[in-house]
Amino acid sequence: MNAINKEPERHEIEALLPWHAAGTLSRRDADRVEQALAGDRELARRYDLVREELAETIHLNETLGAPSARAMEKLFAAIDAEEARAPRRQRSFDFGSRVSEFLSSLAPRTLAWSATAAAVAIVLQAVVIAAVVVKEPGAASGPSAPSDGSFAVVRFAPQATANDITNFLGAYKATLVEGPLNMGGQLYRIRLSETKLPKDEVGKIVRQMQSESKVVGFIAARD
Amino acid sequence: MQSTSDEVLIGRIANGDRLAMQVLYARYHVRVFRFVVRIVRDDSTAEDLISEVFLDVWRQAGRFEGRSTVSTWLLAIARFKALSALRRRPDEELDEETASAIEDPADDPGTALEKRDKSAIIRKCLMGLSAEHREVVDLVYYHEKSVEEVAEIVGIPENTVKTRMFYARKRLAELLKSEGIERGWP
Repeated sequence: MNAINKEPERHEIEALLPWHAAGTLSRRDADRVEQALAGDRELARRYDLVREELAETIHLNETLGAPSARAMEKLFAAIDAEEARAPRRQRSFDFGSRVSEFLSSLAPRTLAWSATAAAVAIVLQAVVIAAVVVKEPGAASGPSAPSDGSFAVVRFAPQATANDITNFLGAYKATLVEGPLNMGGQLYRIRLSETKLPKDEVGKIVRQMQSESKVVGFIAARD
Repeated sequence: MQSTSDEVLIGRIANGDRLAMQVLYARYHVRVFRFVVRIVRDDSTAEDLISEVFLDVWRQAGRFEGRSTVSTWLLAIARFKALSALRRRPDEELDEETASAIEDPADDPGTALEKRDKSAIIRKCLMGLSAEHREVVDLVYYHEKSVEEVAEIVGIPENTVKTRMFYARKRLAELLKSEGIERGWP
């Protein structure tokens, strides 16, 4: 048996035994401990004591029970109250990160000029929509997009200005609620009405909106 | 099937995803509760505190930088809140609770029988450790925290973590000895 002769080294290894038993040591330290245990019977005996403590600590904690449903109810009531007071803006509407994410994805050397122009148009549109969102802080937000009412998805025309979009939404009493959606093409979800409208009425509003070609590039009704 | 990582959940929570919040809560609320209840020694207070802990997560998720694991972050918040709650409690109440926790229930015949059970005695002695020692023992053995993580949660240097664990175990050995269990260490 190669017992550890150097007392400081043994002390150092012994101090690591609790973490070795819990499996939270780095590979290097775990190897050191394993090596020491293999050559030191007394250290191995002490390691057994550590394992005994570990088992009883787990046992003790497992008898502590669990919180009642009240804790979760209280938490989500607090979250609801907080969101009702000041809805948070979704990160997807974080203009700065969107633009930088987009620009970082471009590969200038291989990008055709036409693609660059399209990219610039999309970035400009993001500027416009970000401006709208800033003007309507409560519009596009929430833990989940609103589900009550009637909705449409829209792609705004690249040349639409912030004023154009604001006026357009205002004229139709519509609000921006979500986007860009994971459908490609810079689509946004807008709420046409807070109540569920009949299908034909939604169709009528959408057709009217479609005629606003200066602001709307594409629009379709969506549940 | 691989579950969503804690870090991904935090990202979703930062975006206001309530479902992600529910998943994170389901994943950790029991452990956080047990950590807190060992500090405050009161189920009802611990329940209130875990609601506050997770509400903080909801509020602060956007600022989580991933320098520690999510569970370490949770326990650090929980510890801060539990200690703040303890400070608000009258001293007399604290003393009484501490005393009751380490009280020797030898008069109770049921407990006398239990005393013959070595495991039960070890658990009793674990409960008799000071709050400081109990905390480090729980973090290492039950919450599976590394030296670095314990240091972060408790806010002490890593060497102090090792020393504190050593002295916690030494104290445990003394308590066991007083209960008639000689371990031959330290």
